[in-house]
Amino acid sequence: MAAYIAKRLLAAIPVLFGLSIIVFLIMAMIPGDPATAILGSYATPENVARINADLGLDKPLPQQYLIWLGNLLQGDLGRSYALNRPVLDEVLERFSATLILAGTALVLCSILGLLAGVVSAVRQYGLADKVITVLVLIGISIPSFWLGLLLILAFAVKIRLFPASGMYAIYGGGDLPDLLHHLFLPALTLAVVATGVIARLTRTAMLEVLRQDYIRTARAKGLSERRVIYRHAFKAALVSVIPVIGIQAGFVLGGAVYIETVFQWPGIGSMLVNAISTRDLLLVQGGVLVVAAAYVLFNLAADVVQTLLDPRLR
Amino acid sequence: MSEAVSTAAKGRARGAGRPGPIRLLLNNTLAASGLVLLVLIIAAALLAPLLPLPDPDATAPADRLLRPLTEGHLLGTDALGRDILSRLVWGTRVSLAVGISATLIAAFFGSLIGLVAGYAGGRVDAFLMRGIDMVMAFPYILLALAIVAALGPGLLNALYAIAVVNIPFFARNIRGITIGLSRREFVDAARLSGKSNAGILFGEILPNVLPVIIITMSTTIGWMILETAGLSFLGLGAQPPQADLGSMLGEGRKILFTAPHVSIIPGLMIFALVMSINLLGDGVRDVLDPRLKSGALTRPVARTAVERRTVPETRTHGDSVLEVADLNTEFHIGGDVYRAVGGIDLHLKQGECLGIVGESGSGKSVTAMSLMGLVPTPPGRITGGAAWLDGEDLFAVSDERIRALRGADVSHVFQDPLSTLHPLFTIGDQLTEAIMAHRPIRRSEADARAEELLRLVRITNPAERLKVYPHELSGGMRQRVCIAMALANDAKIIIADEPTTALDVTVQAQILSLMDTLRRESNAAILFITHDFGVVSAVCDRVAVMYAGRIVETGTTEEVLNAPAHPYTRKLIDCVPVLGEPGRRLDAIEGRPPVVNDLPPGCAFAARCPRVKPDCRRGHIALSSLGDTQAVRCLYPLTGETADD
Repeated sequence: MAAYIAKRLLAAIPVLFGLSIIVFLIMAMIPGDPATAILGSYATPENVARINADLGLDKPLPQQYLIWLGNLLQGDLGRSYALNRPVLDEVLERFSATLILAGTALVLCSILGLLAGVVSAVRQYGLADKVITVLVLIGISIPSFWLGLLLILAFAVKIRLFPASGMYAIYGGGDLPDLLHHLFLPALTLAVVATGVIARLTRTAMLEVLRQDYIRTARAKGLSERRVIYRHAFKAALVSVIPVIGIQAGFVLGGAVYIETVFQWPGIGSMLVNAISTRDLLLVQGGVLVVAAAYVLFNLAADVVQTLLDPRLR
Repeated sequence: MSEAVSTAAKGRARGAGRPGPIRLLLNNTLAASGLVLLVLIIAAALLAPLLPLPDPDATAPADRLLRPLTEGHLLGTDALGRDILSRLVWGTRVSLAVGISATLIAAFFGSLIGLVAGYAGGRVDAFLMRGIDMVMAFPYILLALAIVAALGPGLLNALYAIAVVNIPFFARNIRGITIGLSRREFVDAARLSGKSNAGILFGEILPNVLPVIIITMSTTIGWMILETAGLSFLGLGAQPPQADLGSMLGEGRKILFTAPHVSIIPGLMIFALVMSINLLGDGVRDVLDPRLKSGALTRPVARTAVERRTVPETRTHGDSVLEVADLNTEFHIGGDVYRAVGGIDLHLKQGECLGIVGESGSGKSVTAMSLMGLVPTPPGRITGGAAWLDGEDLFAVSDERIRALRGADVSHVFQDPLSTLHPLFTIGDQLTEAIMAHRPIRRSEADARAEELLRLVRITNPAERLKVYPHELSGGMRQRVCIAMALANDAKIIIADEPTTALDVTVQAQILSLMDTLRRESNAAILFITHDFGVVSAVCDRVAVMYAGRIVETGTTEEVLNAPAHPYTRKLIDCVPVLGEPGRRLDAIEGRPPVVNDLPPGCAFAARCPRVKPDCRRGHIALSSLGDTQAVRCLYPLTGETADD
């Protein structure tokens, strides 16, 4: 097993390299002159030349990439001109907030999605199945940023149950209950779409598995229907749903961009939106790279869990 | 509205027989309502210039933030006093245009990549797909953000970004289909006829791939509209004065607390639009996906449904452990009724082995699976007869009682041991589970018993084997495990459904002799389902030959093998190869068994019988005795002479 994990980790390295190339190229292909963008009205020719030398922009592209990659591997993602602090510090600080939000949402959508999918399959064509099918349809069609606004209006304005924004109360607070209080609405909103997708796939996977010969064997052994469904069928269905949960991690991390903006969550998504508006491109670059790397690791984790569940993959 | 209704009416009026795809779609309430909603929205967006709406960009500071249902402003006004209804209609137009364009761009480039990669294969494929994998390694929206960051905010840039991040979905789907198609005969034929690669790709393959492209488009267009709206919401898409639904929502958000309607209304519109597309897309997919159409994804319940029209009262074989009388099992598929088992009588004494023989589709497995309610419902149901296990009618007892009997008094061995063992549990887990389901013992005791069972079926190193998974064993080993499982609780009856069919011939012989030995040791009765008379002669005391859901001949194995009375039995016996007689003709039986939803009157075998006479095709033919034990359902039974043709 350890050997397998090591192998998967090694296989992730070229993917990470590929990501770094794509991120670098996107930023390198930006039309216009970054130095001018950074300097704004201070863009005298000398200043532009100095910034260009500073950023290494006077060198050919492959060389620029290697220099950039070398710095990256030493943890140097450059400096944010707007914030006047190292990109890595800002990104890591913001990313920890995103990880709390997205991690919670991912746990929520996995639990709710699996539960809804199993119930839906077991009660196929029954009332519960129909209700869940409609809810799932709404869940995957509703714009999450709009749902967030509705929830704020309902739970923060009408009945003042949850705060409308931020991660901690401004005065006092700062402890775990305070965090959870602030976390509830954004995490729920962020989880909605992924819950729908996971529920749908779980239902299909369960229906597929329940037709298999080994389910008939389990019944022929005289096992209770509960055991047949929740032990035999669910475990097999889980194997095909786990990679989907891994993919949903990407949608949750991406969706955090909207939710963090709506709920003013101090995460990497709201940072990226601000950085794009202020043309703080090194910050965008660093942020995208860190989130993408995290996503690769998420998928790796999903792979490993799937392998743990399914001995045939070992 | 009226347009959609009239199409619906036409759809219903057409086709009295098979429902066409349009009609199937409209029969789906959700899909039909999605279609109506979408048609309404698109119509409003298309007709925007003709509708009596105020200028969407005309500001009126005096009329700012009017509530909905105000005179002259049905949906109120925004912070600049602009009419929200008018802006909504025009904004929908923009959002739709952007969503559709992004979908077309993604579909075009994605499908092109998929087609080329799938058709070319090799290095081209590897290169293209590695690139696609790279793009997919990014969290979806994040890559779009990076692209917008590079190109700068703006509606067109947002459109490009969303299109680019959706290319992989098309590329992957289309590549998969293309790979399958490029190995097909018609592609080879086109190649041999001298067509160019481009000609084959776009002339032969593309038309076959088109439905998949359309399905993928219908499932992604909702997403694309949602995501472009999202970018506009963040202020990265449409820039004022241009407005789409997303940017309207984004502007309204700033005054969420004072004038919620300004943001709620455009959000509702995005929701309605995406929802209608998804409803329709699901409907289209259901209609085009043949797997769903046949209802194959219906989950079988724990026990076969019993809806008996006739219940026999009396038992005739008092000394038998199992007696089956007039068993009828049907499958209801669509409007058709398939009578898989049409009145079967069987009896089985302690320690006896009864073989049920017949071709695929003769109803032998359904007969066996009916006993313990293992025929899948839907579509199967037991519609008549009785099965007494020691005098207890199995079709009348409670579900809980059936569960308690399964695996304890009656156990099963199935055909393919790879698919019948759970792939994710160890042999030990599955064996102990079978034991513990019927005995309140501790896991350690169950482990010991499992080890003993494996030893019983002649598996070496049983303690080690308990820890392995089914895929780590050979086919013969797996079937031994299944037999061990059937022996776990000293069953009175073992139902073996083609237990040797999936195995190599040498392994078959081992398994057969194992079952025969075990039967004599445990004194369990065996109901042995097979299509092979060779197997019957090896293990069975008596045999029943089934054809089209009925028993056509029964008797002791010796009688039936030596003097088959039914022409069908004769043919089945002739199918068995005999060692040392290479010159013997191995006849496959000409023709196919009849479909059991429309059986002809008279003998079901008449159409394939070499000895058929006119009266064979009339009336009911009864099972008539030929001696103490042998009986045949034939008007002109064979009588010893070699009447082959």
